[in-house]
Amino acid sequence: MSSALLRTTPALRGALRAGQASAAVSTSFVRGKATLPDLQYDYGALEPHISGKIMELHHKKHHQTYVTGLNTALQTIAEAESKGDAAKAASVAPLLNFHGGGHINHTLFWENLAPASREGGGEPDGALKKAISQDFGSFDTFRKQMNAALAGIQGSGWAWLVKDKQSGNLGLVTRANQDPVTGNYAPLLGIDAWEHAYYLQYENRKAEYFEAIWNVINWKTVASRFEKSA
Amino acid sequence: MVNFANFWQYIAPLQTALSGDQFNATKMAVQTYKLTRLPYLHDALEPHISTQIMQLHHTKHHQAYVNNLNSALQAHAKAVEAGDIAAQVALQPVIKFNAGGHINHALFWYNLAPADLPDTKIDAAPTLAVEIDKTWGSFDNFKKAFSDVLLKIQGSGWGWLVKDGQQLRIVTTKDQDPVVGGEVPLIGVDMWEHAYYLQYLNGKAAYVENIWNVINWKTAESRFVNGREDVFEKLKALL
Repeated sequence: MSSALLRTTPALRGALRAGQASAAVSTSFVRGKATLPDLQYDYGALEPHISGKIMELHHKKHHQTYVTGLNTALQTIAEAESKGDAAKAASVAPLLNFHGGGHINHTLFWENLAPASREGGGEPDGALKKAISQDFGSFDTFRKQMNAALAGIQGSGWAWLVKDKQSGNLGLVTRANQDPVTGNYAPLLGIDAWEHAYYLQYENRKAEYFEAIWNVINWKTVASRFEKSA
Repeated sequence: MVNFANFWQYIAPLQTALSGDQFNATKMAVQTYKLTRLPYLHDALEPHISTQIMQLHHTKHHQAYVNNLNSALQAHAKAVEAGDIAAQVALQPVIKFNAGGHINHALFWYNLAPADLPDTKIDAAPTLAVEIDKTWGSFDNFKKAFSDVLLKIQGSGWGWLVKDGQQLRIVTTKDQDPVVGGEVPLIGVDMWEHAYYLQYLNGKAAYVENIWNVINWKTAESRFVNGREDVFEKLKALL
């Protein structure tokens, strides 16, 4: 594949972005094959904020579909590569981005959640707390802005607290569908705003889900990502 | 989709202003949209689409698009009055999303019907059926092709059978983007998760398989025969 093609094909750039981002959660890839990561808590452990049924379907069915889709896309690309068929490989880029993104996003999501009875909920402390206060004014303002970003998503997508790797500043971004956070942004905290993440429990009342999820945010994970992205 | 009913209310005062007359913005009335009435009861599509889904989908989701559209249009009128171009531009995506949601759902409700009605058989669309056979070889081939497209939608969106010029095509629109341009929407299928999740969970293939039982082919035939202007003229009364 020529470098000119790489520079000029937007779909391929998408594929490369997904590839780079996957390095962040490389532990769930075994011998080049993506696998469904185990959760660090039981399906029912986030109740009453996220129901056990939602967690089970979300992890076992939805996340698994992304894993399967990613492996299929990678397989197709490997076959195309072995035949020197660059056009075929490039045609898989949207699927790679979607399923690869879905795998990355959900893996990050499960890790930045925790039962309210354990690490979940409350407020961050230390350097992360300071950075949030500095960049958003206060933790409460940050929370309100994140909820507004979530509520403003049109269709399926995610909202993320990110760190700008160049400036070191924190910020909020949203991503459509399963587009992963990549490039200059390091994802610190992701919240899934797809309807499958809340519908069985909250139906159309998504604002209630966006309120409740703060009870199960794992700030230890978020702080660790914040420090590692320095 | 440009809603000309709204479009003209912004243009008309502008023309007045340009012709030198006194432009009194406070007289500008903003049209208020209303929730589309269903042509059947919420439980009429059972067992293919559950009553609970229909109730929530119609009285909550569709209603939210109507409410948010009305708010956005009010805010837009104020921004026009104030000459605030930045606010007007910022409202465009909100208007598009919610107007699209209103249009799409209104089209959707009317291209569905209770399974026991003859309207849900392809025989109710004799002219369209001929064109479908011509395009896809058979009705079954068309159903397969449409189902395949629906299942490949990434994220929220819609699948549509449209008449484009004299030809039939299957297209998808993301989120609440309506079918735009000169195409005539004949059948729309909502692939947002809220359209099926309470009943089908992650099994969206079963939802797609079952929705064929409640497609209103009589409506599709009328849209096909009468064309785009007629579709949107009739739609006006439902919005």
